[in-house]
Amino acid sequence: MTEIKHTAKDFKSENEIRWCPGCGDFAIINSVQRAMAELGISHEKFAVISGIGCSSRFPYYMSTYGFHTIHGRATAVASGVKIANPDLSVWVITGDGDAMAIGGNHFIHLVRRNIDVNLVLFNNKIYGLTKGQYSPTSDRGFKTKTSPYGTIEDPFVPGQLVIGARGTFFARSIDNNVKLGQEICIEAARHQGTSVVEVLQNCMIYNNGVHDEISDPAFRADRQLILKHGEPMLFGQENNKGLTLEKGKLKVVTIGENGVTRDDILVHDATEEDPSLHLALINMQLPNFPVAFGVIRRVPAPVYDQELTQQINLVQKNRKISCMDELLQSGNTWEVTAKNGAAGEPGKCNKNEYF
Amino acid sequence: MKDAKVIELEEVAIRFSGDSGDGMQLTGTLFSDTTALMGNDISTFPDYPSEIRAPQGTVGGVSGFQVQFGHKHVNTPGDYAHVLVAMNPAAVKANARFMNPGGTIIYDQDAFNEKNLRKADFKTDDPFAECKLEDYFKIPVPITSLTQEALKDMGLDNKSILRSKNMFALGLVCWIFDRPLDYIEEFIRSKFSKKPAVVESNLKVLNAGYNYGMNMQHMTPRYIVNPAPIEPGIYRNINGNHATAWGFIAAAEKAGLELFIGSYPITPATEILQALSERKDLGVKSFQAEDEIAGITSAIGAAFAGDLAITTTSGPGFALKSEALGLAVMAELPLVVVNVQRGGPSTGLPTKTEQSDLLQTLYGRNGESPVVVVAASTPSDCFWFAYKAAKIALERMVPVVLLTDGFLGNGSEPWKIPSMAELPDIKPRFAKDPATFKAYARDSGILAREWAFPGMEGFQHRVGGLEKNIAGSVSHDPDNHQKNSEIREEKVQRVVDMVPDLTVCGDEEGDVLIVGWGGTYGHLISTVRELRKEGKKVSLAHFNYIKPLPRNTREVFARFKKIIVCELNMGQFASYLRDKVPGVEYHQYNKLKGLPFTVKELKESVVKLLEE
Repeated sequence: MTEIKHTAKDFKSENEIRWCPGCGDFAIINSVQRAMAELGISHEKFAVISGIGCSSRFPYYMSTYGFHTIHGRATAVASGVKIANPDLSVWVITGDGDAMAIGGNHFIHLVRRNIDVNLVLFNNKIYGLTKGQYSPTSDRGFKTKTSPYGTIEDPFVPGQLVIGARGTFFARSIDNNVKLGQEICIEAARHQGTSVVEVLQNCMIYNNGVHDEISDPAFRADRQLILKHGEPMLFGQENNKGLTLEKGKLKVVTIGENGVTRDDILVHDATEEDPSLHLALINMQLPNFPVAFGVIRRVPAPVYDQELTQQINLVQKNRKISCMDELLQSGNTWEVTAKNGAAGEPGKCNKNEYF
Repeated sequence: MKDAKVIELEEVAIRFSGDSGDGMQLTGTLFSDTTALMGNDISTFPDYPSEIRAPQGTVGGVSGFQVQFGHKHVNTPGDYAHVLVAMNPAAVKANARFMNPGGTIIYDQDAFNEKNLRKADFKTDDPFAECKLEDYFKIPVPITSLTQEALKDMGLDNKSILRSKNMFALGLVCWIFDRPLDYIEEFIRSKFSKKPAVVESNLKVLNAGYNYGMNMQHMTPRYIVNPAPIEPGIYRNINGNHATAWGFIAAAEKAGLELFIGSYPITPATEILQALSERKDLGVKSFQAEDEIAGITSAIGAAFAGDLAITTTSGPGFALKSEALGLAVMAELPLVVVNVQRGGPSTGLPTKTEQSDLLQTLYGRNGESPVVVVAASTPSDCFWFAYKAAKIALERMVPVVLLTDGFLGNGSEPWKIPSMAELPDIKPRFAKDPATFKAYARDSGILAREWAFPGMEGFQHRVGGLEKNIAGSVSHDPDNHQKNSEIREEKVQRVVDMVPDLTVCGDEEGDVLIVGWGGTYGHLISTVRELRKEGKKVSLAHFNYIKPLPRNTREVFARFKKIIVCELNMGQFASYLRDKVPGVEYHQYNKLKGLPFTVKELKESVVKLLEE
């Protein structure tokens, strides 16, 4: 086997990128391309599938096989792609409207089946391509063109849907941290099963600054907890804040205060099957908690496309029917000979004229 | 046996009828299979309610199965039944209008009690008089009590005993029509192989029914229907949905591709998904999607990735798939969509047949969105047209819709088994040269693009729902859109070179040409046959190719004085013909009852037209 070496540049297409200047999508495509370059997978085996929305123009900016499908259905199209050829590295590019609203049903069923595709969910909490309407992830009270008096709906938290659908991989990243995005995408690609990567993304035009509270470099260290499997859940300018569990609930503590030591801090276990703590991490919000980033959940489970291949192989091992001719002749058949079936009357018209 | 009254018949239609839990579909199927094995030509029609267990004993809960068999060619399950097997009074009420005058009614006299008569809404104690069936030959049989008697030593509870009633009726009917029991016995043994008690009780009751017929021959007539003159060969009995499923497996094998079906259960199309799910031995990848949309979009994904991809549905599901079908048109991927039509609109009549999705299929999408449309005309025909639909899709890189219907899907007939060697080749348009490959570069003759899919080195490209230029990049150029819209339509039209000329059944010219399409073939050809026997100059032109139409369509129409388009809708094909083959006067005969045509009503309408 020769080693396959790519650079991020190998994944860029000749098409001019038409996202708005300053859009968070530029950083995300960079992190995805860098991740793909490091995977050691042949270029022709990548398939990038998207739905509808700003982010869904993504395949046109990639030099891989790409399919820009219809609103909300990229997940279902990608399921078909992966089942047809489990050898492929299949990526779904979607947004909060595409995956959480019109495509909500396909999203949860993809996760439930655990088909081995990598889904990157661009979450800017707004409908950008239709010019600024609230989305299923917009916060309650958010004022937009379709909610001029503020929304009266609570948002979906994508990670909660993943856990609710028995997801095996969930990670969160943010557009301006390309390195984190790259690392997460590599882990997502290597995970066997559906990997959901939520990327908090800024829309310069219709929701500028939506994630500023989290991403502002001045406060970033105190407001972002970047989780690493096997490492303590520490954050803060001084890296002295951490999480503990008290009465079953997460609590922010400071090492050195109230007798808290480094040993008291929870250690992140992404591979824990019980999703309770993962869910608690997903749910953390400002101002009482930092927002969790990194790979929050990564657990092994049966993978749909592998199971299907195995089932076919198993059935074929003991099969009685191995080709169409055998199937046609199987079961109850009978022979009509010239004797018992002497032709006389004209047969069914048209019968041999199909081709 | 000598004393028995023996009647020799050309053809007989029997209708088994009872509560939807009485096992009438199984009874009818077993009888049909036995009959086909004896060399009779058959045609069957299950007629059942959409509720799984409608209220017991009511007319709404009656489930029926009609089979016609004969010693000549049988093209329909028969307009009217010669023999009705009625397990309760509701079955008599529901089926009185489907009886041939002077027919025979075998009924379970134990079930004709006060309670059941009221449930079926009879006002008097004489249901036969109420249904004006006085002149019919009635055979009362105490089916319930004889079943109980046969099983009294088996130690079964009453509920289990009553479940075997249908086997008594089946045994009796087998005696009346001189059918051996061995096939049915074998079926019972293998079906319940893990439940010896069930095998024993069913066999006991089956034989009790048969013996009852023999012992009571002074009062039960016996019919002989000789084998039909059919072409020599190996035959099997097949229904339309199975034939459809098998046609796709055959196409995949011939094309050297794997078969993917993405589908969502919907009556009456579900059986295709089931039949393909069974065939893991042949490598079929079946994906039961979360909804109709995921059914088609997963199939589109599989087509993009290099499988022969299909999705199956019925009217309401077809509506849900519309947007995605447009994507397949735009991406120019090989995809087959099967619509097993049922009564509409909305949920309509899920278990009944209709041909009312034709215009939805032709036009029911946003934008100019042409697809190839073909329709099968008999149950076994579904095999050929599934195969042909796949061939067209793969060779022309175009979505194809195959229209069948509930009548074809559930109905069955004997089928001379083909061998794979005699089926035509299927040559998918695999891309060949990476140096010259462009996503939307086309063959100048057939206008089809090439098929390159992920995993093929050097052909990386993008497709999608947005209008594209030849290289596969997004294009908003006005002239490009106009040109591509015309190309997509023209590509479908050029499929005409894969369409055989329309043939006329009957004389090539005459007074009336009956025009039909799809699942009405059996009734239309029977009508033509009967009218011609009466000396009428009537022929049939039956369409399997709707878009594009056969080249010689206008030429055929021009040779007849009058044309009548017969369809199970309000005139959809007629209006399509008025648009595509104008300048011809199209008379119409339409029916929207959720039922197939009857030969009788067709004959009447044609005779009327002849006299006008």
